[in-house]
Amino acid sequence: MAAITTSPAHHEEVDPNASYLEASKGIGNWLVTVDHKRIGVMYLIAVTIAFALGGVFALLVRAELFTKGRTIMDADTYNRMFSLHGVVMVFLFIIPSIPAAMGNIILPIQLGTKDVAFPKLNLLSLYVYVFGACFGIYSMINGGVDTGWTFYTPYSSSDPAHGGVGSPSAVLPMTLAAFIMGFSSILTGVNFIATIHKMRAPGLTWRRLTLFTWALYATSIIQVLATPVLAITLLLLTMERFLGLGIFDPRLGGDPVLFQHFFWFYSHPAVYIMIVPAMGVVSEIIATFSRREPVGYMAIAASSLGLALLGFLVWGHHLFVAGMSEYATMVFSALTFLVAIPSGVKIFNWVATLYKGSISLQSPMLWALSFLFLFTIGGLTGLFLGMLAVDVHLHDTYFVVAHFHYVMVGGTVMGFVGGLHYWWPKFTGKLYDEKWARFGWFFVFVGFNVTFLTQFVLGSRGMPRRYYDYLPQFQQLHQISTMGSWVLGFGFLVLGTMFVRSLIGGKPAPRNPWGSAALEWMTPTPPPLYNFVKDPVLTRGQYDYHLATDDELYEGYDDPLFPKRMSKESREAKARS
Amino acid sequence: MTYRMLATEPQASSWQLPPAMSDTAPPVDNTYNFIFWFSVAFTVVITALTLYFVVKYRRRPGVRSEPTGHFNRLEIFWTVTPTIFIGILFHVGFSSWIKNATAAEGATEIRVRGKKWVWEFEYPTGDRVPSELVLEKGRAYKMIISSEDVLHSFFIPEFRLKRDAVPGQYSFIAFTPTVTGAAHVFCAEYCGTNHSGMGATVKVLEPNEYQEWAKGLGKCVGTPEECVPERYGESLFAKNACTTCHGVGGTGMVGGSKGVGPKLAGIYNTMQPLMSGGPVMADENYIRESILRPNAKIVQGYANVQMPAFVLKDDQLDAIIAYLKSLK
Repeated sequence: MAAITTSPAHHEEVDPNASYLEASKGIGNWLVTVDHKRIGVMYLIAVTIAFALGGVFALLVRAELFTKGRTIMDADTYNRMFSLHGVVMVFLFIIPSIPAAMGNIILPIQLGTKDVAFPKLNLLSLYVYVFGACFGIYSMINGGVDTGWTFYTPYSSSDPAHGGVGSPSAVLPMTLAAFIMGFSSILTGVNFIATIHKMRAPGLTWRRLTLFTWALYATSIIQVLATPVLAITLLLLTMERFLGLGIFDPRLGGDPVLFQHFFWFYSHPAVYIMIVPAMGVVSEIIATFSRREPVGYMAIAASSLGLALLGFLVWGHHLFVAGMSEYATMVFSALTFLVAIPSGVKIFNWVATLYKGSISLQSPMLWALSFLFLFTIGGLTGLFLGMLAVDVHLHDTYFVVAHFHYVMVGGTVMGFVGGLHYWWPKFTGKLYDEKWARFGWFFVFVGFNVTFLTQFVLGSRGMPRRYYDYLPQFQQLHQISTMGSWVLGFGFLVLGTMFVRSLIGGKPAPRNPWGSAALEWMTPTPPPLYNFVKDPVLTRGQYDYHLATDDELYEGYDDPLFPKRMSKESREAKARS
Repeated sequence: MTYRMLATEPQASSWQLPPAMSDTAPPVDNTYNFIFWFSVAFTVVITALTLYFVVKYRRRPGVRSEPTGHFNRLEIFWTVTPTIFIGILFHVGFSSWIKNATAAEGATEIRVRGKKWVWEFEYPTGDRVPSELVLEKGRAYKMIISSEDVLHSFFIPEFRLKRDAVPGQYSFIAFTPTVTGAAHVFCAEYCGTNHSGMGATVKVLEPNEYQEWAKGLGKCVGTPEECVPERYGESLFAKNACTTCHGVGGTGMVGGSKGVGPKLAGIYNTMQPLMSGGPVMADENYIRESILRPNAKIVQGYANVQMPAFVLKDDQLDAIIAYLKSLK
């Protein structure tokens, strides 16, 4: 590991054993840092802002739907609002959320190494992301975009300023934003693949990788292979809109359905870019809070790779009613069902891990168990949509909206917030208030289900999506859903406040507050600049609770259940205080 | 948006699904109910097991977790069992779908055109009727669907059918209505400002009622007062969804804000400035041309709006012109 260059600008002033937060001060040092943890923290701040922004758009969308007809905004504003919600949540928040923010901080530490393989590339990916996000913000200020996050042609590509039939909104800058952010995603993917292959600590065999690492590995492969297709597609769209080249617009000799093939060839694998890392987080949390190696470790790892592979073969299920041959439709339906197998394997193994564990329901575990429940519903409702006859009825209705929110929010956001709770002490060196955490979790969980369970019923009853106005018979369910969104928003407000309070006045976190056997908890909190005081050599797996020593596990919280198992150090520290 | 309802709304067959009104609905409903109860059972089992383990194996003083062993037979079991299940699910979904995807021999063809933001139905007689699809109970139909501008999607929840309207292509759906009453057409593919207003009503009539209705196809049906040119024009103005862009009464105001199209009330016999420069006299000829070829002479400030063309009979055009002349 001699080749890595993590030297900060002022080499001689830096104490490599100081915490990464304190190793060098000043915003200038942060902006040019090549430390993966600092880059991860900056990503975390950026995606959190994006999440808050996307959340506000969502609340406005739900508020507008509270009554039939105009409630707070006109139709054009509404269309821009739901498009911005989709674009911001997908491209600015959910794709970089777990891999680029948490993965960046945790992955090298779980590998027992000093940094990622290409630290400067890592910083570049952050800047590319921010640059892309600026284009997105520019298009919002410039009147927004009203195509939905899917940019379907010819509505998105046929510019009315040149006599076309499409959208008059700022499609071009928003397309460019997604195009640029794609590169950030590719750079992170390349970096993680190289890091996992080449930079593992001595003794860290492939079979000892954490499941989070396996998940990031699978995700990175998808990012590297699929994202270029999105880039090409968006470039073609730009060329059609800007230069009038006929690719997708039938008026110019193009084929609008071709765009959907291109778009979903990226965006379906992208669904796994979004969910697989969350599955990795959940594997970590369930192992730690059951104090047990996950059942079927290899099966869970392999199913992440299986999802990555299958994700490339099922894009056609977005086009069942769009105009594909019956033969293609049949094949895509059959392939789509295969996705259920690795997803099911994961769920069975997680549940089996709980069996004969030592289960603690601290806040990260609440999020992981919520994931288990909500993702099960999200996955099963996916079967409805894979079944051809049923999909024809449910396609492009609120049922689909509810389904992917159960997967993306019930899955990825639960994993993201769970991971944030789980690693927060490691990231910041601070503890948070467990009561507030549970309080917030309760409102998010209840609010989410109220908001989106009702939308399944709305969809089955025939309410199409992306509707500004609706028939009177749908109003009651829309109102319940909107009220649920307030509860959900309140829950996130509680959590935001809790984390800010923790930053300002939180108690210092011990090295291993949860009693985990994984490598990131074996190093001081917050980690030193080069992650470990001494280069680690692994003599056991990261889930080997039966091999970990009591000092490794129980130096931490005053675990009321194991008062005598605290390490000597902690007992002494306690005695002093 | 205004949807007219028939007095007899058919009752929904379950709390989840709308009323089933065609031969294509029952296979979908059976499949839906099958997968629904399968999912409920699966969720209950997984959740119950999770909760049971969480309570039974909660952390206790002095009790350690049991080290994890290898359970290869268990892994194989829960990989193979779902594989068999999804085989069944695929078969059930596919067989109902392929049945619905096939049109009956000798089905009556109706051309469906989607344009921003109205559905237009062309009957075998050649008559074009916007926003209202009238069908005969027990007769087999084939809808040939296309779009004149962007993507739309033709969706009738009561028939459990949906198909995208793609510009430059034809697509079709086939069904036989089995229950009389009212159903809805929605646009299910996002198509711009008034996407949610792009609906139509479906009326399924008994054969004798249908014959009666067919006699008035393409003519003004109603009392003599309702069929004076101005009143007939007013109803055509609403049915062709002119109101979604030009506002009710041609005021240019939709839902309290400025509409997509220009104000029409009071423009008759005035000079209107054009995009291409120079004014035009808004007389009968200009109004007629603007309906048939809307983009020939675009009034200033509306360059970004692409109004679709409308195909109407002479007496219908006369009626609409008479109506617009009456607006102040």
